[in-house]
Amino acid sequence: MHAVEETPRLSTFLSQIANGLVLGSLIALIALGYTMVYGIITLINFAHGEIFMVGAYGGLATLTYILPTAIATTWYFALPIALVAGAIVAMLIAVAMERFAYRPLRNAPRLAPLITALGVSVALQEAMRVFYPGATAALPFPNLFIEGAVVIPIGDGVVIRYVGILLIVMSLVLAFGLERFVERTRLGRAMRATSQDRDVARLMGIDPDRVIVLTFAIGGALAGVAGVLYGSYLNNINIDMGFQNGIFAFTAAVLGGIGNIRGAVVGGLVIGLVKALGGQYLPGGTAYDYVWIFVVLIIVLVFRPQGFFGESERVRA
Amino acid sequence: MSENPQTADGTPTDGTTTDGTTTDGTSAAAEAVVEVEAPPEEVTAELAEDMHIATGTREPILVSSGVTMQFGGLRALSDVNLSLHEGEIIGLIGPNGAGKTTFFNCLTGLYTPTSGQVTLRGRAMPQDPARVTEAGVARTFQNIRLFPSMTATENVLVGRHVRMKQGPISSLLHGPRFRRSEAEAAERAEKLLAFVGLTRFSDELARNLPYGDQRRLEIARALATDPSVLLLDEPTAGMNAQETEATRQLIFAIRDLGVSVVVIEHDTKFIFTLCDRVLVLVQGELLVEGSPDEVRGDPRVVEAYLGAPPEEVSAQLQTGGAADGAGTAEGKSE
Repeated sequence: MHAVEETPRLSTFLSQIANGLVLGSLIALIALGYTMVYGIITLINFAHGEIFMVGAYGGLATLTYILPTAIATTWYFALPIALVAGAIVAMLIAVAMERFAYRPLRNAPRLAPLITALGVSVALQEAMRVFYPGATAALPFPNLFIEGAVVIPIGDGVVIRYVGILLIVMSLVLAFGLERFVERTRLGRAMRATSQDRDVARLMGIDPDRVIVLTFAIGGALAGVAGVLYGSYLNNINIDMGFQNGIFAFTAAVLGGIGNIRGAVVGGLVIGLVKALGGQYLPGGTAYDYVWIFVVLIIVLVFRPQGFFGESERVRA
Repeated sequence: MSENPQTADGTPTDGTTTDGTTTDGTSAAAEAVVEVEAPPEEVTAELAEDMHIATGTREPILVSSGVTMQFGGLRALSDVNLSLHEGEIIGLIGPNGAGKTTFFNCLTGLYTPTSGQVTLRGRAMPQDPARVTEAGVARTFQNIRLFPSMTATENVLVGRHVRMKQGPISSLLHGPRFRRSEAEAAERAEKLLAFVGLTRFSDELARNLPYGDQRRLEIARALATDPSVLLLDEPTAGMNAQETEATRQLIFAIRDLGVSVVVIEHDTKFIFTLCDRVLVLVQGELLVEGSPDEVRGDPRVVEAYLGAPPEEVSAQLQTGGAADGAGTAEGKSE
């Protein structure tokens, strides 16, 4: 008797865990860009959410206007092509943004690039609204992965869509790869050196401008991939998706310890889980799920201002 | 006393031969400092071969002529001349605010002198810091500037970047040439860490290293750029007597690599026992230049540099500087 009542509850709980992990992986992928840019130039790039949005539209444009229908509807062609296209579009926008909006302000007071970031964010949104055909409303986005879901037979059944699994796996693989890149390679070493003492890095023959461009490019590409995966999972995209998820991702980066790759991933997953479980179990339901995210942020920052993985001291000469 | 190789007369071998007489710990300094590790001779030899810096030229390598630096109404340096020869160790002393660090910044292209010029092997010093390093001038900083969250090995590897010219494509593809240059850099880093005696800390984060070792690591990083001239800004600041002695041994060994050295220090005793030539900078002007003995005995230095009654201080200086290897002085202090 007891067990019969327990299983539906358990299946709801597990379903929300699964939802949380999918959303969290997506946020983590965006948060990586925030955290890397901050690590290098201590700029909170508020336009990063828009890079994610532009990436999604770049993927959609490729599917809609460039690929022949036969290819665009065959997932094993469409998925990699759309991901690469989204990544490239987002990367180009991110690099252009650095070059034309932030680089001229490299030595300006820190408030100047921050305000510029907000301006770039609005500009990208509005440019998309004006120039992308039909973007004034949400646009349908095809599922680019195998239809269907894994159903775990517990209670009413725990349904996890294949595209959700793809999202989780891709996000973890990319984050892991990025961490390896930063920790193990020469370019990664140059990035860390630039982030810790830019003048001395320059003295050692590292060109900070190139490192900064590389950082924006990597962050942009990851956001582009996230954009296409988001569209593929939710099956529609809109102009506001960047703002909303950008805020989550920024929060995730801060929660994990801004500047830290592992922190961005953990922060993203925590936020995904809090949103899913908070919407299910806490008073107010999904209408209040945003509230719980920021409550968690505030609680964490009160007790650990540097975030989960952040270094409490930043040594700067 | 004849078997005591520790003299400051500038013969190029004495820095490392001390290592051969480790049992004779007292040879290190007048103070009873024991067990100072000089860099192992074989490491020094291998490094010298890898870096092949010495060219045997008699021409001065680094020349500053008439360097004047004006900051608004303040004249920080006026008409400073210096010529550094290969294998030479020059000391730069002077009271606080005398312009020593400003002069270093002029030498490394961080500042462009208001007038006068700096040449390296006859060529004008580039104004871009990275080009200066590439041209063969490396430096350390008065306030240590390591990459705090990178390991000791990684810090030294970053120093190799200036000598590793591969584009991003090649490094992403990890081709055979890239791998070879990575392996060479790793090998060099290992040797350099052995050279400065930090092998045991190779995987430790720089910020966790003891203070004196951070200074040594900064020197290793500077050496990783294959410099022909090394500028050391207060390399013994905050060090105890033993660490200071180890630093002296290290600088002798660096000279033996073929690197010419300019040292800024407050510790006059350290300078007088280390350098072949000493320059005294007072209020931006070169007051005296000469051998340690000449400078030490110069009444103008005593007066201007220390600003105290000449007799008393010169007596102090004489005893303080007595450790520079004259056999009689050794005997006296023991």
